[in-house]
Amino acid sequence: MASTTHANPNSYYLPAPSHWPVVGSVAVFLLMLSLVMWMNDVNGGLLVMAAAFAVMLYFLFGWFGTVIRESESGLYNKQVDVSYRWAMSWFIFSEVMFFAAFFGALFYMRALSVPWLADAETGDLLWQGFKSAWPVSGPGIEETFTPMGAWGIPAINTLILLTSGLTVTWAHWGLKKNNRGQLTFGLLLTIVLGLVFLSLQVYEYVHAYRDLNLTLASGAYGATFFMLTGFHGFHVTLGTIMLIVIFFRALKGHFTPERHFGFEAVSWYWHFVDVVWLLLFVLVYWLV
Amino acid sequence: MEAVHGHDHAHDHHGPTGIMKYLTTTNHKDIGSMYLWFSFSMFLLGGAMALVIRAELFQPGLQIVNPEFFNAMTTYHGLIMVFGAIMPAFVGFANWLIPMQIGAPDMAFPRMNNWSFWLLPPAALLLILAQFTPGGPAGVGWTLYPPLTIQQGMSMDLTIFAVHILGMSSIMGSINIITTVLNMRAPGMTLMKMPLFCWTWLITAYLLIAVMPVLAGAVTMLLTDRHFDTHFFNPAGGGDPVLFQHIFWFFGHPEVYIIAIPAFGVISQVIPAFARKPLFGYSSMVYATASIAILSFLVWAHHMYTVGMPVQAQLYFMFATMLIAVPTGVKVFNWVATMWKGSMTFETPMLFAIGFLFLFTIGGFTGLVLAITPVDVQLHDTYYVVAHFHYVMVAGALFSAFAGIYFWLPKWIGKMYDEGLGKLHFWLSFIFFNLAFFVQHFLGLAGMPRRIPDYSLQFTDFNMVSTIGAFGFGLSQLLFLYIILKAIRSGEKAPQRPWEGADSIEWTMLPTPAPYHSFEKPPVIR
Amino acid sequence: MITRTAHTLLALALSSWAGLAFGEMRFNLQDQKTALGHAVYDLHNAIVVICLIIFIVVFGLMLYSIWKHRKSVGHQAAHFHENTTVEVLWTVIPFLILLGMAYPATKTLLAQRDTSSPDLTVKVTGYQWKWQYEYLDENISFYSTLATPRAQIENVETKTENYLLEVDNEMVVPVGKKVRVLLTAGDVIHAWYVPALAVKQDSIPGFVRDTWFRAEEPGVYRGQCAELCGKEHAYMPVVVRVVSDEDYAKWVTERKAGQGTPVAAAVPATATDAAPAEAAPAPGVAAVADGKAVYDQACLMCHAAGVAGAPKVGDKAAWAPRSAKGLDVLYTHAIGGFNMMPPRGGNTALSDEQVKAAVDHMLAQSR
Ligand code: HEA
Ligand code: HEA
Ligand code: HEC
Ligand code: CUA
Ligand SMILES: [Cu+2]
Repeated sequence: MASTTHANPNSYYLPAPSHWPVVGSVAVFLLMLSLVMWMNDVNGGLLVMAAAFAVMLYFLFGWFGTVIRESESGLYNKQVDVSYRWAMSWFIFSEVMFFAAFFGALFYMRALSVPWLADAETGDLLWQGFKSAWPVSGPGIEETFTPMGAWGIPAINTLILLTSGLTVTWAHWGLKKNNRGQLTFGLLLTIVLGLVFLSLQVYEYVHAYRDLNLTLASGAYGATFFMLTGFHGFHVTLGTIMLIVIFFRALKGHFTPERHFGFEAVSWYWHFVDVVWLLLFVLVYWLV
Repeated sequence: MEAVHGHDHAHDHHGPTGIMKYLTTTNHKDIGSMYLWFSFSMFLLGGAMALVIRAELFQPGLQIVNPEFFNAMTTYHGLIMVFGAIMPAFVGFANWLIPMQIGAPDMAFPRMNNWSFWLLPPAALLLILAQFTPGGPAGVGWTLYPPLTIQQGMSMDLTIFAVHILGMSSIMGSINIITTVLNMRAPGMTLMKMPLFCWTWLITAYLLIAVMPVLAGAVTMLLTDRHFDTHFFNPAGGGDPVLFQHIFWFFGHPEVYIIAIPAFGVISQVIPAFARKPLFGYSSMVYATASIAILSFLVWAHHMYTVGMPVQAQLYFMFATMLIAVPTGVKVFNWVATMWKGSMTFETPMLFAIGFLFLFTIGGFTGLVLAITPVDVQLHDTYYVVAHFHYVMVAGALFSAFAGIYFWLPKWIGKMYDEGLGKLHFWLSFIFFNLAFFVQHFLGLAGMPRRIPDYSLQFTDFNMVSTIGAFGFGLSQLLFLYIILKAIRSGEKAPQRPWEGADSIEWTMLPTPAPYHSFEKPPVIR
Repeated sequence: MITRTAHTLLALALSSWAGLAFGEMRFNLQDQKTALGHAVYDLHNAIVVICLIIFIVVFGLMLYSIWKHRKSVGHQAAHFHENTTVEVLWTVIPFLILLGMAYPATKTLLAQRDTSSPDLTVKVTGYQWKWQYEYLDENISFYSTLATPRAQIENVETKTENYLLEVDNEMVVPVGKKVRVLLTAGDVIHAWYVPALAVKQDSIPGFVRDTWFRAEEPGVYRGQCAELCGKEHAYMPVVVRVVSDEDYAKWVTERKAGQGTPVAAAVPATATDAAPAEAAPAPGVAAVADGKAVYDQACLMCHAAGVAGAPKVGDKAAWAPRSAKGLDVLYTHAIGGFNMMPPRGGNTALSDEQVKAAVDHMLAQSR
């Protein structure tokens, strides 16, 4: 794969044939298959899942390793850089729409289906005695739960994420001033804040399940609460991993004050996760 | 800007060969061809399923398959045709044509491009595996409505994950297309100079990025309702089965334009070429397409007129849906005005384009009939709907794909297809298509529900006609396969510009067949 | 007037196509038997006519152009394009046409959704695969299942006139009265659809949604479930018998006499008048107890786990279509064998009565 042409600012880099995409497809296939097996109690599901994760890791290291190598050897000109910017923006937009589906479900249940269930003939004939309220588990669920308060851990987590948005920006300033210490320290702080956020989130889930009897099965509130915060937490996890990767890249001396799209992509992502959290905080925790 | 490759220029000789060439390729043309072949094989598979459906419906009573299997055929026929045949076909076109039409060396992300394609076979594999799981394949319809989906076995989960993978593929493909169109145009190729096909794909890609994640969200909720005790769609927990329908159709309606809009793009290239006259209103076509796309987000509940939503909502969705007729009309009128006072010839691509125009408009009109709420209450979930969407999707999207393939085949392979056979393919398709689907309007009007393996006696005659038409139509497609194979093996050599009126740059600036890397050096666009 | 024109035009358009001359073919909606239905029918015709006219104009022009502006007749391509006047016109005119359509459509829709002040309210619940009818003011409740014998479906017997559109218990309503139908479902979504009465309403589990009709003349109106609800979706017809006021009153009295159970307690297993299978426990409590013993001894080995495809006891979905075949059929099959089902479950020592008792028991457990 020896590149004969280098860093010509006029040429758009086109990669050589690569086996990574197919490896990625195998990983995705195995992962999906193993999830199906696991959910349906088919023997060997976990084994396949282990294989899937192994291939997935191999794929991620291989693919991103290649991209990083190409980038560091200066094959990407300005135009390629712009391509990456478009791509990352629209990828984040697609993530926004994914969350929109769940926020839509929250809105629908809260504003429409729960009131309907208590309303008119539906309430009289099918769910006698059910009163529309929020948070609620629903007319057919006997068990009660306590909703998650907003001003404990969630408020602290809000502060943590907002702060982490600042620290990652601070790191970015460091990078632009070519202050590598500020860059790495800022990243490190961001990672730590992300990890603290995640730990608190795990703690909150344990608390919900153990003390509040608030579970995925707690009807409309439980489902939207866990799915929204859960997918958010999953995205924070991904973001943290990405931060860790660029932290090590920064330590290795990657990124220059002029050219550091890898860094920016991660920080965009991190800000996106931040904004989703703010919406969550207001709509899921606060306005109950 | 010119291109630089991660390997030396003698790649054609040193690169991987055989199957490895296709597994690892980063070339938009290879990838485009793979998309097209994949799409065609899925079309045969989905078509074979349609033939099972039609064979069972030849007569009342159960003759060939049992009801569970019938429902599964309906489900997977719909899923495979939409996600496996039509969508990949147009992504194949996008791959082949966009770089050539905007003067780019390749797509913006060639490696990711390959991944977008190679995600499709695993998804297809999951759908095929779903046919053989304990509990049988899911018989729920391509719309996957709960609570029926909650009752299904393991095949449902395989189907859900297949949808996830297809979504990933579409999102990556769309990101690639948007980036290519916005960032890879040759100097001088302004957006408003781009061939219309590129415009339609730019708009389609936006639709895809906006709605595929929503579908992913919807099926994820299905999955957690099935396995993790959530109650999104269960009223006992405050949820609502209809919630799924809202989310699904928020995806589903734009989805039907995802299918239609690239088809409009192809037609907008073919008609001017054979009328030897420029498109009548280029900019109004662009605006009309964008309006259709925007409106498509605002009309989803016209698929749900009978769920019992508040009458105000019904009124709103009725008006919004009717409005789509206006920009679509602008397109139809534009195409006709382009033909007006042209100098027309009627080679196969043009025949298919005219067939498209004719039959798509019929499908559009029946769509308008369905948009009228009180009428749709009669027709919803009957064969009238089946007739409507086959008019827009088969005679619309599929015919347009045929037009496009005949049109660009010479450029792709450097050889001509057999014109006589091509015309025969058109006429057979046109006649049998109408035989198969026109009568379904009457079945629906008279009240025959869709998704049933067996029906009452008054529907017998038209069902027989429809089945005969369907088999004829299916067989005609084998002729298409033969024509393509014949052209590849022994077609006459094609000149650089076999169509006199074709004037986009892939015809005027590139040799035939198109070189492996389209524009190594950016062309100069006046 | 517009209706008249519509008819003529439709007839013209279609008769050319229908040269194939089949028996009795219908090219339009079923004949409507409600005032609302007439409105819908006319609305549909009007829209079809408008579309037909647009179609003829647009494609008339296109065909003319195809004919005259061919290269083969030597026509030279003109090079005009972009004409703002034309473009504005073909945007505005369709818009105005649509406005013209929207007005009657809105009127009809508002009428259609007006369920206020009914004379009679019937709650209808969809199950896989039967309908339950509850007359809320009369304390009447019964199930309605497909009456077409399996043999017709399997092409063993010749199909009779109302193939798949006949039920054991019809819904009976008085003529000329506004009947409000409350729809809900017990398992998955179904849709209650009677074409001639212009009603279709999804029945959504957990929610009550409504629709209404006022039949103009007595008669039997047939339709079917219109939302995919599983394997027997094709086999859950809706039959509404519209009768005179007197006949309706008579029907109500008979129903009540034969039933005697208040609606409140009438959930699933009531109704001597439901499907024969529904009435299964009739042979008496003793038989049921006896049946359990026989079942445990001879049938359980297959029917508990579903061996060889045996319908599992307790699996409503598996039994509903079978009980729809009628109790006698099931008795005969249990005694004489049926596909993989051995005669008397393979235990020849059992008497007919014992096998029947076992069948009763199994049905009672699977409802
Ligand atoms: C390519 C795909 C495609 C396209 C382009 C369309 C186009 C349209 N569709 Fe269709 N539709 C489907 C695919 C498509 N549809 C599918 C797959 C389903 C069923 C899904 C399922 O349930 O499985 C469906 C179902 C469907 C329904 C729900 C039916 C039901 O289930 O009860 C409705 C209702 O409003 C509808 C309406 C429309 C309308 C108004 C248009 C309009 O865009 C049409 C506009 C075009 C014209 C009107 C013709 C040209 C215009 C002129 C010449 C101008 C002058 C005209 C006038 C002034 C009238 N469609
Ligand atoms: C763009 C998408 C698309 C396309 C191209 C088609 C193509 C066809 N469709 Fe379908 N169809 C849908 C999308 C599409 N359909 C959808 C979305 C549904 C709704 C599903 C649902 O209700 O959930 C549907 C539903 C549907 C139904 C209703 C089923 C029901 O309600 O139960 C019917 C019935 O006639 C039908 C028929 C056909 C036929 C005859 C073709 C023909 O055009 C097919 C022609 C092609 C062939 C026949 C293949 C040729 C191959 C051979 C002849 C060789 C075969 C042999 C081997 C492979 C060994 N389709
Ligand atoms: C060897 C296994 C086996 C045993 C033992 C058995 N059955 Fe069955 N039974 C079946 C199978 C398999 C079917 C499904 C037949 C079909 O629908 O193709 C069935 C079906 C039935 C049916 C439904 C028939 C129909 O028309 O749909 C009835 C009723 C029935 N069994 C009653 C009994 C009774 C009563 C006994 C005990 C006295 C019994 N079975 C013992 C295997 C068994
Ligand atoms: Cu009940 Cu379909
Ligand atoms: Cu739609």
